[in-house]
Amino acid sequence: MADSPAIGCARPTGGLVGQPNKPEEQQAAPPIKEEQKMIQVGKPAPDFAAPAYHKGEFTSFKLSDHLGKWIVLCFYPGDFTFV
Amino acid sequence: MSVDSVFVHKMWDDHELSKMVSGGVPFPMLSDGGGKVGEAYGVYDPDAGVENRGRFIIDPDGIVQGYEVLTPPVGRHVAETIRQIQAFQLVRASKGTEATPSGWKPGKLTLKPGPDLVGKVWEVWKVSMESE
Repeated sequence: MADSPAIGCARPTGGLVGQPNKPEEQQAAPPIKEEQKMIQVGKPAPDFAAPAYHKGEFTSFKLSDHLGKWIVLCFYPGDFTFV
Repeated sequence: MSVDSVFVHKMWDDHELSKMVSGGVPFPMLSDGGGKVGEAYGVYDPDAGVENRGRFIIDPDGIVQGYEVLTPPVGRHVAETIRQIQAFQLVRASKGTEATPSGWKPGKLTLKPGPDLVGKVWEVWKVSMESE
């Protein structure tokens, strides 16, 4: 395939099935995002609730339910991704 | 936490991670489909649709004490994360009266910042202690 996207980079072509694709330049500019605020050390962490898998059970995890303990929150690109 | 579903987390734990760690992953594996939490923490890459290798240390009051963010190909060093938590715990227990110099490990010299220590760190801390 001449135009195979990199893994993790699926994207719409900007056209509909059966119609010629519009060149990407002609697509509407993406809406300008609010300036992203980076985390600051010494400041409160953003709270969240997320679905979780823990010891054989599907459960949920809310950060603010765990105040009083030290927490390490780790993000990673994806399950089965080697590193 | 990753953008994978809890169903994929289960498959990964069952089929691979439990072969590395007896009994499988001992802590919750969180799902962030859409990357909204990753976005709030500044680690979500919308072009790739995945989250970078961010690691945040959050204290018992919910305050972020430290973080590290790596691009996907390089793994972290868990022992360094544990060392940092031990250092933050010592500082917290001392109510901020002690600080841990570069390379500090549990049991090693701490510093007590104050007027008497200004300009005198060289007398108590040597560069060689960084790697001892």
